Amino acid sequence: MTKPNLSVDIAGIKLRNPVMTASGTFGYGAEFAPYLDLELLGAIVTKGLSMKPKAGNPTPRIVETPGGMLNAIGLQNVGIEAFIAEKVPFLRTVTTPVIVNLYGNTLEEYGELAGRIDAIPEVAGIEVNISCPNVKQGGIVFGTDPQAAFEVVSLVRRSTTKPLIVKLSPNVTDVVVMAKACVDAGAEALSLINTLTGMAIDLQKRRPILANITGGLSGPAIKPVALRMVWQVAKVVKVPLIGIGGIMSATDALEFILAGATAVQVGTANFLDPSSAGTIATGIETWLEENGVADIRELIGALKS
Amino acid sequence: MQFKSMVLSNVEVSPSYFRMRMTAPPAISGSQPGQFVMVRVNPAIDPLLRRPFGVFDLGTFETEFTDCGRQSYLEILYKVVGKGTAMLSTLHQNDHLDILGPLGKGFIPGDPAGEKLLVGGGVGLAPLYYLAKELVRDSKVNLFAGGRNKEDVLCITEFERLGVETYVATDDGTLGARGLVTDVFEEQLAKAGPKATILACGPFPMLKAVALLAEKYNVPCQVSLEAYMACGVGACLGCVVKGKNHSDSTPDYRCVCKDGPVFDSKDLLWS
Repeated sequence: MTKPNLSVDIAGIKLRNPVMTASGTFGYGAEFAPYLDLELLGAIVTKGLSMKPKAGNPTPRIVETPGGMLNAIGLQNVGIEAFIAEKVPFLRTVTTPVIVNLYGNTLEEYGELAGRIDAIPEVAGIEVNISCPNVKQGGIVFGTDPQAAFEVVSLVRRSTTKPLIVKLSPNVTDVVVMAKACVDAGAEALSLINTLTGMAIDLQKRRPILANITGGLSGPAIKPVALRMVWQVAKVVKVPLIGIGGIMSATDALEFILAGATAVQVGTANFLDPSSAGTIATGIETWLEENGVADIRELIGALKS
Repeated sequence: MQFKSMVLSNVEVSPSYFRMRMTAPPAISGSQPGQFVMVRVNPAIDPLLRRPFGVFDLGTFETEFTDCGRQSYLEILYKVVGKGTAMLSTLHQNDHLDILGPLGKGFIPGDPAGEKLLVGGGVGLAPLYYLAKELVRDSKVNLFAGGRNKEDVLCITEFERLGVETYVATDDGTLGARGLVTDVFEEQLAKAGPKATILACGPFPMLKAVALLAEKYNVPCQVSLEAYMACGVGACLGCVVKGKNHSDSTPDYRCVCKDGPVFDSKDLLWS
């Protein structure tokens, strides 16, 4: 039997298979090279990048919860200059497409940063994190207001010709409204979901466990929510979707594809097992072979209902 | 490296403290004292994350089957503090674990001619045992062990068998001197030779006190930190501590998992 086709296209980026790494869980790629052949991946999405280096939040920054974890890292990152000087040279050594996740504290910063990344030939595409507060406008979160999301995505779209993915927050009343606003503004693909806001409490100390009080919930606990949102959005937008949320196995990944995702991102699983993204990619191929599916694309949105 | 391991023994050596021996590949012998392993307690999703443990001891044993040669083992010493360690404590011989490691940067022994002053608090004694075992070959080693009570001061006999001179202090005086181990330590530190090195592992307040003493007496000092961490490989940024150059505008965060867990005490911001 011939090998099944696993390759998919996201906003013009050719992926050898649908398995990407989720931003913030895979460093800048190099951290995982000792544990995983990076050439097994569909794409690498790097840690959320800002114009200036960002210190991040005080500790404790993470806490485990049943079936998941909360994080409040605070977007600690090296900033664009160090990214270009220190991280890009390694990324040049892998053939796997590299997608840079970026965020800004103001509208202008998103545009400026997208422009800088546009000039880096090693970067195959941009993923915009809109789950950040706009410090110039009373801290309103770009990703929870359709008009603010439209504006920020429009500006990024004008600032770069690279393929543009927007990462959606689940902390909204209606994710479909946000999805439409981002596509209207020029997003060529959507990734969903970012973490769900949550908190954990230490009863004896009568205090929140995280120094930041609240954090983002990830891991298997959020998978049902993520599947539901991918399925909802897939019904109304035409751009490819990237499913994210608690994917630990090839089975989980394939469920997202059935729900309407063209690709997936593996996040928290990288922490448990640094080789998991590769294992999931090969597991998908095995499943397709065992189930006589010649092309992964046959499964996209093929959920029976 | 990442490997499957089999539990060989899992014994409660003091109330709520367990010493676990498990199989490991031969390459484990390349571990530096102070490095750690991330243990996945079970393949389920609760607990979700691995747990970090310092390497307590390494060795080999003769397998019961002929022609199999000697099998390497790894030991950890842990305290039951939460869900993960509680589950770990219920494991038996022949149960399986998934292990990542050895990880991080270990202790640097320094000049063998200098005396080695080991300071450990509670379960922080764990990585000091493997360290002491390596150091006693070439150097004089003193251990300062502290805890809340005698049940927190672990495996002192094992250290003594290595030829380590031990000093003990407990908060309630049930073993050794009553009070802080750092007080006992300072008395000896004041008499230390010019080539002495301090190597410490324990809770942050103890390490801070040790780091300040090291500065006061101008003795080089390495500390091994504990932290909550998710990945162990420098990706999650959950375990960071402030480096010496840290400020809000110029962040200098170091990952305990990758830049440590052992740091030169002068490289960290203690305030």
